[in-house]
Amino acid sequence: MSDTPDLELLNSFFHQLVPHNRALGLRLVKVDEQPPTATAMLPWHQQLVGDPSTGVLHGGAITTLMDTTCGAAVYLWLKQDIPIATLDLRIDYLKPATPRQAVHARAECLKATHNIAFVRAIAYHEDPADPIASAAATFIISRRPRT
Amino acid sequence: MSDLVTALLDDARRTRNWSALVECIPYLQFLGVSLEERDSGLVGRMRYAEHLVGNPAVPALHGGALGALLEAAAQFEVLYRHESVVLPKTVTLTIDYLRPGKPVDTLVRARVVKQGRRVSSVQAWAWQDDEAQPTVQATVHLLVLSG
Repeated sequence: MSDTPDLELLNSFFHQLVPHNRALGLRLVKVDEQPPTATAMLPWHQQLVGDPSTGVLHGGAITTLMDTTCGAAVYLWLKQDIPIATLDLRIDYLKPATPRQAVHARAECLKATHNIAFVRAIAYHEDPADPIASAAATFIISRRPRT
Repeated sequence: MSDLVTALLDDARRTRNWSALVECIPYLQFLGVSLEERDSGLVGRMRYAEHLVGNPAVPALHGGALGALLEAAAQFEVLYRHESVVLPKTVTLTIDYLRPGKPVDTLVRARVVKQGRRVSSVQAWAWQDDEAQPTVQATVHLLVLSG
């Protein structure tokens, strides 16, 4: 995996300190600083199923995976602990997830201005070239006011 | 869609009681979502629980959980208003995060803006104190294959 110590540090926040991520078993598996890119993994679990006849995950679980991974990518850009909040999140569902398989998401922060960060992400099982969903998100960065 | 889900959908439409259908979807159980039919239409509720928290410092609900609530409300609104016999599939989902989700129950409602032959365009909004001041809103496009 990654050779940067950031992974452990970020996971201590994203997995252990965030109750909803912990409840889903969602954790970061790779972080890159250049470009700022986060990869996270959502294990398949029966309680995340949206269609009981097929066992396919509910789209909402993918939404949480995307939102969390995009937020992690913003932190990799900022490299400091500034509060951020999702402003908007657009998800395109390209194909149904395969039941009983973990889903990965990889998010890249394209740019962060003083107030706003712009992120793109894809979700996939094993092969990023065969995506399940794609996402575009923006985040508000709550920096302290300039003095 | 399985015979079970089809039967539950028939029952819900006939008895105006949507509980059994919602309860057969594991992810909505995990989120603590319930749905009731009022004179004004379907209203959903996500009961506050600690495992829904995304930002423990505020504390605020996870954006993914709120997104899932909006997506589910849009799906059920299509089932409620139209004769679809399949669970509508989300194609795209665009969520606006307007206010932090406070650690209390969240209510949700949706409106079919346009029902086409293949695609439904649905608006969904969720609120906590005042419906006129939504916490989150979404535009959802769903693929509905009648048959």
